[in-house]
Amino acid sequence: MSLLFFYSLRNLFTRCLTTILTTLGMALVVFVFASIIMLAEGLKKTLVETGSGDNVVVLRKSAETEVQSRIDRDQASILETLPEIAVGDDGQRLFAKELLVLITMQKKNSDGIANVIIRGIGKHSLSLRPQVKLITGRMPRWGTSEIIVGESVAKRFKNAGLQKTLLFAMRSWNIVGIFDAGDTGFSSEIWGDADQLMQSFRRQTYSSVIFRLRHSNLLQGLKELISKDPRLTLSILREKDYYLKQSETMAAFLRILGISLTLIFSIGAVVGAMITMFAAVANRTAEIGTLRALGFQRKSILFAFLLESLILGFSGGCAGLFFASLLQFLTISTMNFQTFSELAFSFSITPGIIIKSMAFSIFMGFAGGLLPAFRASRMNIVDSLREV
Amino acid sequence: MRNEDLILSIDNVYKSYHRDSQIIRVLEDISLELKRGAFLALMGPSGSGKSTLLNLIAGLDQVDQGTIEIDGVNITTLSETDLARWRSFNVGFIFQFYNLIPVLTAFENVELPLLLTGLSKRERQEHVSAAISVVNMEDRDGHYPNQLSGGQQQRVAIARAIVTDPTILVADEPTGDLDRTSAENVLDLMDRLNCDLGKTIIMVTHDPWAGNRAHSMEHLDKGVLNHDL
Repeated sequence: MSLLFFYSLRNLFTRCLTTILTTLGMALVVFVFASIIMLAEGLKKTLVETGSGDNVVVLRKSAETEVQSRIDRDQASILETLPEIAVGDDGQRLFAKELLVLITMQKKNSDGIANVIIRGIGKHSLSLRPQVKLITGRMPRWGTSEIIVGESVAKRFKNAGLQKTLLFAMRSWNIVGIFDAGDTGFSSEIWGDADQLMQSFRRQTYSSVIFRLRHSNLLQGLKELISKDPRLTLSILREKDYYLKQSETMAAFLRILGISLTLIFSIGAVVGAMITMFAAVANRTAEIGTLRALGFQRKSILFAFLLESLILGFSGGCAGLFFASLLQFLTISTMNFQTFSELAFSFSITPGIIIKSMAFSIFMGFAGGLLPAFRASRMNIVDSLREV
Repeated sequence: MRNEDLILSIDNVYKSYHRDSQIIRVLEDISLELKRGAFLALMGPSGSGKSTLLNLIAGLDQVDQGTIEIDGVNITTLSETDLARWRSFNVGFIFQFYNLIPVLTAFENVELPLLLTGLSKRERQEHVSAAISVVNMEDRDGHYPNQLSGGQQQRVAIARAIVTDPTILVADEPTGDLDRTSAENVLDLMDRLNCDLGKTIIMVTHDPWAGNRAHSMEHLDKGVLNHDL
């Protein structure tokens, strides 16, 4: 039945302008649909990749994020002595007590300001995050007002470049290095000595404790141990799960926004496809009559017109996905509502998004073509043949 | 007439149309028999019901009353699906305005009815080439209908009509849209199909010049067959 396929295809080429316009309408909807899901996926990927499967994060019980968490020094000291903590090449425990504070900074290309995370780190914070690499400058010296900034912060905020000085917590902080953390949330952070930062921000407590387990199966036992110890009103979870949890609310919000928007747009696209296909049926009434007279069944006519509409949907899907895929080269920033800080991330396309977008587009084609195809298939042969 | 010689037998056929609450009688008590290999012209003024009768014979429309038997098959009892299948094997259509599919080439237009026959692609191509050579359009088979003259389009339409080797050919005003020379060529071709290939042809025309090329003639007037003319 390849001839029938070419029949449908060539009819679309014959009506070149309407075909292009209808395809563009569908492409626009698929573009919006795909790009918002890519946005949610990019956010999720960035946050999930921030965490490592081997690390665990300890927060105050009931705290959802490091911003809400407080860990006393004595609690952190108890944790540091746990035998489940892995030991690094230097013979020391892979354990870091960290502080997390938000400051506001002015953006480079606008007058706007945004919250940026200052992370007070320990000596092993870097070994616990192998994805973080220093790309320029050097590491800060301990006990000084030296800091390093994530590449994304250096690019997007004023006075955040190498050798610049930032003023916060009533002190001047010298930027001595810029680090790259790949597609992770750390790229949107500023790191410095935790003890120096605690002094300046007048904090008595850490925000979180992070360490690596000797074996990943030790986590459950550790959870039970911490829950039974009355001194430790803390919760423990894998770092990857912690960041996944952070991404869920925002990603779900984006997904709902995307689906709502595209549902509204898709009504327009389906109506557009329907108008195109009804016009095609009206223009080809005699053709329909001829095909029926030659012996083609109603279902063949239904299939031929539906196929045209599905090709429109498929083409719209391909075009929409092509333009949406270009967004991968863009990095955007938004407020992470879990930490109230600016987070930079890229659009991310996955096979799942491609399949969903194509299925959505083909469904639009199907929905737009069904009624006209049904009408074409129900036409009376004799009446159709009179329409020359 | 012996039964095996009969290809068409119409018996007491009635047909009417409904327009709003009005019933318009189009055909009344039509009875007709036709021998295999006949070339019949159905003549009559506009509105006499000749196209309606042709549509009933071709299985495009349903009778109100009476029977139509073609080559031993009573087509008035067939379901819509069976009728469509029957048409694809037994009827070749030649229309006044050729009714070629504009987006398909002449070759593809001729191939179209064969898609319903279950033949392989190679067999289809052989059949199409043979049909196109009968109408002398070999050098134009890659052309689209809008690249052909009216006479050439009608020859392609005739090739499409004969490609399945149907039981009967029905032609509704086949020369109605052609100049005299092209019409002459088309009628010559139909005559050859009838005489050389033994095709049974029923042609509707209101043009006496075209009608005279048929080997027999029936006149319809106000829905009634007038055998006396």
